[in-house]
Amino acid sequence: MKKTITLALGLLALSLATPASAALKVLACEPEWAALVQELGGDKVDVVSATNALQDPHQVQAKPSLIARARNADLLACTGAGLEIGWLPILLQQSGNPLIQPGKPGHFMAGDYVQKLDVPTRVDRAEGDVHPEGNPHIQTDPRNIAKVAVALSQRLAQIDSANQAYYKQRADDFNHRWSAAMTHWQTQAAPLRGVPIVVQHKAWSYLENWLGIQEVGQLEPKPGVEPTAAHLQEVLATLKDRPAQMIVYASYQDPRASQWLSERAHIDTVQLPFTVGGTPEAKDLFGLFDDTIARLLKGAKK
Amino acid sequence: MKKKILCTSLALALAAPLHAAEGDDIAQLRRDVAAMKAGYEARISALEKRLEAAEAKGKATEAAANAATATANQAATMANQVATVPAATTPSETPAPVASGAPSNNNSFNPEISLILSGIYTNTQRDPANYAITGFPVGSGAEIGPGKRGFSLAESELGIAANIDPYFRGALNFSMHPDNSVSVEEAYIQTLGLGYGLTVKAGRFYSGIGYLNQQHSHTWDFVDSPLAYQAFLGGQFGDDGVEVRWLAPTDLYLELGAELGRGADWPGNGAGGNGPGTQAVHAHLGGDIGNSNSWRAGLSYLRAKANQLDLAMPDTSGDTVASAFTGDTQLAIADFVWKWAPNGNATRQNFKLQGEYLWRKQNGVLGFDTPDAASDYRSYQSGWYLQGVYQFMPYWRVGVRSERLSPGAINYGPNDANLAASDYVPRRNSLMFDFSPSEFSRIRFQYNRDSARQDQPDNQFFLQYQMSLGAHGAHIF
Repeated sequence: MKKTITLALGLLALSLATPASAALKVLACEPEWAALVQELGGDKVDVVSATNALQDPHQVQAKPSLIARARNADLLACTGAGLEIGWLPILLQQSGNPLIQPGKPGHFMAGDYVQKLDVPTRVDRAEGDVHPEGNPHIQTDPRNIAKVAVALSQRLAQIDSANQAYYKQRADDFNHRWSAAMTHWQTQAAPLRGVPIVVQHKAWSYLENWLGIQEVGQLEPKPGVEPTAAHLQEVLATLKDRPAQMIVYASYQDPRASQWLSERAHIDTVQLPFTVGGTPEAKDLFGLFDDTIARLLKGAKK
Repeated sequence: MKKKILCTSLALALAAPLHAAEGDDIAQLRRDVAAMKAGYEARISALEKRLEAAEAKGKATEAAANAATATANQAATMANQVATVPAATTPSETPAPVASGAPSNNNSFNPEISLILSGIYTNTQRDPANYAITGFPVGSGAEIGPGKRGFSLAESELGIAANIDPYFRGALNFSMHPDNSVSVEEAYIQTLGLGYGLTVKAGRFYSGIGYLNQQHSHTWDFVDSPLAYQAFLGGQFGDDGVEVRWLAPTDLYLELGAELGRGADWPGNGAGGNGPGTQAVHAHLGGDIGNSNSWRAGLSYLRAKANQLDLAMPDTSGDTVASAFTGDTQLAIADFVWKWAPNGNATRQNFKLQGEYLWRKQNGVLGFDTPDAASDYRSYQSGWYLQGVYQFMPYWRVGVRSERLSPGAINYGPNDANLAASDYVPRRNSLMFDFSPSEFSRIRFQYNRDSARQDQPDNQFFLQYQMSLGAHGAHIF
């Protein structure tokens, strides 16, 4: 008993007295930013993701475990653009952590560095879960990842200036590999240009913009509203005039609506990872796009 | 050092007037070099401007491409070529945040405004006007019972909140009651990132004791608050005062809080004088178990002072008589909540189990009929509720709640002969069913079998709507 108490006290003391030289603690809101921080920060960062690829990033709760992580974070890496509006404000308010408050270097919003698509001309909730800032699902275009990587690497260097050279070297390395990979993906994805698809949620605007894929319909009647039978019938009817080659949904989504349409419209469903960890193949950012393109090509061939 | 000497000698050599004619040549040479330099600088800056313009154009094309799918292919290629240039060739260039196209959703510097509209239809078998919880007299300001019969507005709320500066955040919550009165539910300021995990709050706010107490009524899973909350806290305990919270720097969530307050309402009555009328401390632990489970549990303690607080008590013949309590109320709460969602994805299915146990001790003197004739009064009472809410498909939830109050022991001292101590166990069971077409709207049906009044069980039906307008509120766990 005594030993246990001593051990517990020792552990507490250890956890309280975190040495200043320890790795930079990063709390990423989504797995793609956790993966990017890992690429750019190597062993100088200790990163955790608040959500996993099978969770809907709109619907996360301000769980006690996340508040505890926000308390200790040196850097917060999130998408912004209203994606985390239902839970991130609580984390910031309850963390008592000055480092990650808005306006501080520890508050990094990837969406700030990317030109956003689908910016609504009319901000009204009658249009569903619209984001006044534009579509927040920016990570589906690797060119956005490249832009965010530049900004994020500089942020890491700013916060942890002792390792500036290290971050610079890793950023250069990542940038080099990423540019090569992008060229490769674009060549690979050439057959996808102009391919018409139906999407379950409007989560793929950036991917479509990158590869020149045509979106001809959405299964959600309004963004963030679950597909209804009536709306699915409508989509089915429009598909008769404007056929699509596949129905795309993200791993975190319920595939039933996509499958319903697939059976009736006789086109395939394609499950895409959406973020790192969404499929077994999407182990890191490179795997994410390798697998996304492979799955899309497979869907387009049939 | 060597370089410096070299430079100096070079400068000397250049500047040395060997011959007047040669000197002129050198001056001419200098002017030429300067002109060349200026020329190159101008050309470089012009090039930079052109690159910037091209970039901006590329981005504009990129945005336009999305709107017009016909030109998407060409534009995407163009945008791609332009956009990858800065990233690929000049990675060290400082990235500037992209200006957002639309104004931000909180109207720039205007505070976030959120409005909760709520209305209810209530059908009760017995008249709510004579509602009481047998054996649990409450003071003024306590809200007990099912409210008004028939159609009425439920509590509609107007919330205004914003960061004041980098150091403080402020929030105000008006509550609009069905009787056309407006009350200030919360009005507080709170520090933002004070450091060391500390947060200080001041003003009027819901106390952090227990689990449900801090949640606004529109986030409750049932129409009404638990019986134990009604009897011991008057529905919900809000107070004017200050609070300090500290979050431990551990991966396990551990939060400690302490509060001092005025204690104007039940269980106090503003008896603090210059000092605090209430003191509270609370500790909460929380964490995750795997991806699918998260939990929070806590212990809280509240102490409130009362001075000549009116309590309507029954005498031995069953009539309600006026009495005045002066003394201390101590309340201890144990609370827990457990939430489950497959893989942490609550969109389709989720389950929430929560329960609280409240234990109260009153200690002081009780004046009966004539306040001067006060005598010793002591009570030990407790109560609990347990509820589970299950979302079985998107938008649809069902919930059950069960509650009991324990009459415990009441010692009226010399007044034992005059006042009745009940041994009745008030209880209530509830069934709830709600439908939320979006995260901003909810329609709820609830049935209560309410046996709070001895020998007068009541069947209560509620149909309620709750809608949220304006700023997207973030809810606490």
